[in-house]
Amino acid sequence: MGDYVRQLPHHSSRDMARRPSALMRFHIDIPLLFLLLVLSAYGLFVLYSASGQSMEAVYRQGRYLALAFVIMILAAQISLQRYASLAPWLYIAGVATLVAVLLVGVGAKGAQRWLEVGGMRFQPAEIMKLAVPLVVAWFLAGRRLPPRFFAIIGALILLVVPAGLIVIQPDLGTALLIASSGLFVLFMAGLGWRYIAIAVVLAGASAWPVWMYGLKEYQKQRILTMFNPESDKLGAGWNIIQSKTAIGSGGWEGKGWMQSTQSRLDFLPESHTDFIIAVLAEEHGLKGVIALLGIYLLIMLRGFWIGVHAQSSFGRMMAGSLTLTFFVYIFVNMGMVAGLLPVVGVPLPLVSAGGTSVVTLLAGFGVLMAISTEKPRVS
Amino acid sequence: MLPQFDLKDPQLESRVYGTRTLLAIGLVMILLSVVLMRYYTLQITEYEIYKTQSERNRVQLQPLPPQRGLIYDRNQILLADNRPSYVLSIVRERVPDLEATLADLEAVLPISDSDMDNFRKKLKRIRPYDPVPLRFRLTEEERARLAVNRFRLPGVVVEAQLLRHYPHGELFSHALGYVGRINEQEVQELDETDYRGTFHVGKVGVEKYYEDMLHGNVGYQNVESNAHGRVLRVLERFAPERGKDLTLSLDYHVQLAAFEALGDQRGAVVAIDPRNGQVLALVSTPGYDTNLFVNGISSSEYAELRDSKDVPLFNRAIQGTYPPGSTIKPFMSMAGLLSGLVTPQSTVPDPGWYSLPGNSRKYRDWILRITGTGHAARVDMKMAIAESCDVYYYDLARRLTIDRMHDYLNPFGFGDRTGIDTTNERTGILPSTRWKRAAMAESWYPGETLSAGIGQGYMLASPLQLAVATSVMAQRGERRVPRLVMAVDGELVPAPLLQQLEAPDEYWDAIIDGMREVVHGKKGTAKALAIGIMYEMAGKTGTSQVIGIAQNAVYNEEDVAERHRHHGLFIAFAPIEAPTIAVGIIVENGGGSSVASPIARAVIDTWLGLEHLADG
Repeated sequence: MGDYVRQLPHHSSRDMARRPSALMRFHIDIPLLFLLLVLSAYGLFVLYSASGQSMEAVYRQGRYLALAFVIMILAAQISLQRYASLAPWLYIAGVATLVAVLLVGVGAKGAQRWLEVGGMRFQPAEIMKLAVPLVVAWFLAGRRLPPRFFAIIGALILLVVPAGLIVIQPDLGTALLIASSGLFVLFMAGLGWRYIAIAVVLAGASAWPVWMYGLKEYQKQRILTMFNPESDKLGAGWNIIQSKTAIGSGGWEGKGWMQSTQSRLDFLPESHTDFIIAVLAEEHGLKGVIALLGIYLLIMLRGFWIGVHAQSSFGRMMAGSLTLTFFVYIFVNMGMVAGLLPVVGVPLPLVSAGGTSVVTLLAGFGVLMAISTEKPRVS
Repeated sequence: MLPQFDLKDPQLESRVYGTRTLLAIGLVMILLSVVLMRYYTLQITEYEIYKTQSERNRVQLQPLPPQRGLIYDRNQILLADNRPSYVLSIVRERVPDLEATLADLEAVLPISDSDMDNFRKKLKRIRPYDPVPLRFRLTEEERARLAVNRFRLPGVVVEAQLLRHYPHGELFSHALGYVGRINEQEVQELDETDYRGTFHVGKVGVEKYYEDMLHGNVGYQNVESNAHGRVLRVLERFAPERGKDLTLSLDYHVQLAAFEALGDQRGAVVAIDPRNGQVLALVSTPGYDTNLFVNGISSSEYAELRDSKDVPLFNRAIQGTYPPGSTIKPFMSMAGLLSGLVTPQSTVPDPGWYSLPGNSRKYRDWILRITGTGHAARVDMKMAIAESCDVYYYDLARRLTIDRMHDYLNPFGFGDRTGIDTTNERTGILPSTRWKRAAMAESWYPGETLSAGIGQGYMLASPLQLAVATSVMAQRGERRVPRLVMAVDGELVPAPLLQQLEAPDEYWDAIIDGMREVVHGKKGTAKALAIGIMYEMAGKTGTSQVIGIAQNAVYNEEDVAERHRHHGLFIAFAPIEAPTIAVGIIVENGGGSSVASPIARAVIDTWLGLEHLADG
């Protein structure tokens, strides 16, 4: 597995036929880049309104996006082999920082999630969003696929350790995201249906003990609230009632850009971060929601296309997992704001304000681009 | 580096991956459809529901409390106005943790226990999103401190509100009454809509009697407010209709004269213009500062007022009923004349005492202990009134009998509600055999008739009733309902004639002549009043016993505890030829009428002086 396979295309007749552009030379997947830029622009457009017409908020988010796109392009330059070889070390470093967070972390809203290094704060859990699928893919890629029992057990241990550490923080949402990113790798690797069936049964059976002993009071409250927001109109239910009102009152047409009364009058909490979809739905109506879902769907289809055309099983599994994880963000966020799912802290990808999630997501797309532009292997 | 022991099958892997991708795409599509369906349901199917809800969120109907009508005296001197005051309220729905917020607030500004109690009571019955008042009358400093802490006190609102203010405090306390915070019982009785946004209601006196007029009509505004309850924009406004202004017939100067003349004594003065029933002064001392009640008096202050043995909260002018004593004599005279038992000229022998036929018990005349004999060998009506001869009235009462006495005195208003436009009026007692049977389940004793004849015993009248009876005398039979309110919003309120007592002029002349002699006669019981007087006054003194005095004991003022001294009474009207003022006065435990009569002079002097000024 030498570097020769990653050499830039030379002027061979075959390469010329594909007319590689400058973007191709830098491992950039043009359709994906285009879709991500459109999505980011849409996001900034909504953010301007949701932040109360704050250009400052838009600039800040713009700077985060610029940084994240640079990181994405840098991430695209790294070869898949390098990702595979870096995976365990990244993973070990990630687990180490997660432990460090629990010991010396900085708290916010009753949870220890941040680590402060030289005045800069970062969330080690974010590293794991890439490190876990990478390490599981690395672990499985060398083995015969579909994975067999011991490979499955190994993969599960790899994802349960960081997920468990994050649950303790406690940050159930992130833990579930990370665990599922690992599970998606297993699924794409062709995890047997028997195991899937067993997992479903076990999950169902553990629901009761988890509810009784595993969940904290506020977590239970969120789940209960989701089923009956009216039960706690002024407490936990308030957010859901207000976000549903925002979405519903948008109708098909929407109230128009910057006309959302729900967020403008502060009825909607977190209107520019986790609940931004409510502002979008209120101002741009169902047609705006469909447009957003359309862009998301195209990005995901591109992700699956990249996976199918990937050159290695490592790349395939990574592409599938990254795409599905991206989908989980969308589904969980849009579901919780609309009252389908309990409220967990999951942002709407590339639309919600916030630096960390944007960087993590685009770094993932960087990996996807690296897979997409991997030079066909000589077989 | 990679484990090599497994044999890989790239074709199988690729095929499995393809299937899994298709499955994944399928799953994604299904779940996205679920999300889309959810948004479709919210935005299309249930659009109307959420649209309405959003509208309601945004737009709030706020009550605009009307401004309470002002109260003036007859000279347009302000007696009750409204002053801006800052109120701290809490919107329960917007406060994340009420207890924590209350604790925070207590650290910022003082909140009394009664404020807190009131707040908690009100909290239970308020509509959602209505502000509940917690503290009234915030000072500048308190407002500044609140402003600084505002960011950590969501749901706490400071609003300017007009609050009742009584510029003259104690002087008009019993005449005006006061407003106070609406209590639980009143909430049941008041119209819920009309009192939204209003925290005060008339509790007593004119403020209560004219509540409907003073209150006005509530207005509304549609406002756009944010989730913190802060109003951003007024969308629509229906102005409240302010309460009507009342002009009282009370005269500030006359009221003040009465108040000052009473001084530290406990007593009451009611002055009425007999021509129209307008009340010129209504004073009861001691009074109290009505401003204390506007915002909920503290329990210690209230206890002090309630438990004071001077009972300052008791309106002696209309609630206080006293034996009228000798002030009943002019009216008894009319009863005698009308019944034909006496004439202006007829006389009665006066040895200084009287006894019922066949009974040795002596009913003494007050003069007996001073001169040892009666007023004269024979006493006629004029002398009987001027010198307050008891024997004359003992004899008249005996012959009249109690029930006829009742019937003749009643047209003067004794035993009836006068119908004055204020609260808590008491009727007093005009005894009769029927009354005694009903009230005490006892039959009437002849001796009681004699006591009643000189205004003692069971008979009770309020200073207001005395003033009304005196006006009837001054107007020669015209009885009117006494009125405190002269005009509403500048429009005069007519005072209708209630009743006309028909009697020949010579009867009125005889009695009024006697009353003139009280003040202007050589032996008049109030002759001291005539010194320096510029007009003719008709009056009658009275003394009413607080404790019974044993048959042969002599009442000695010095020996009797202050609270057991006689009450001093005086009634008067002036000028005699064309009366414009009639007064009823009582000074509790004053010892005798000599403390009450100078008050009448002060009050009448003031009124006639003002009239004179107005004419000149």
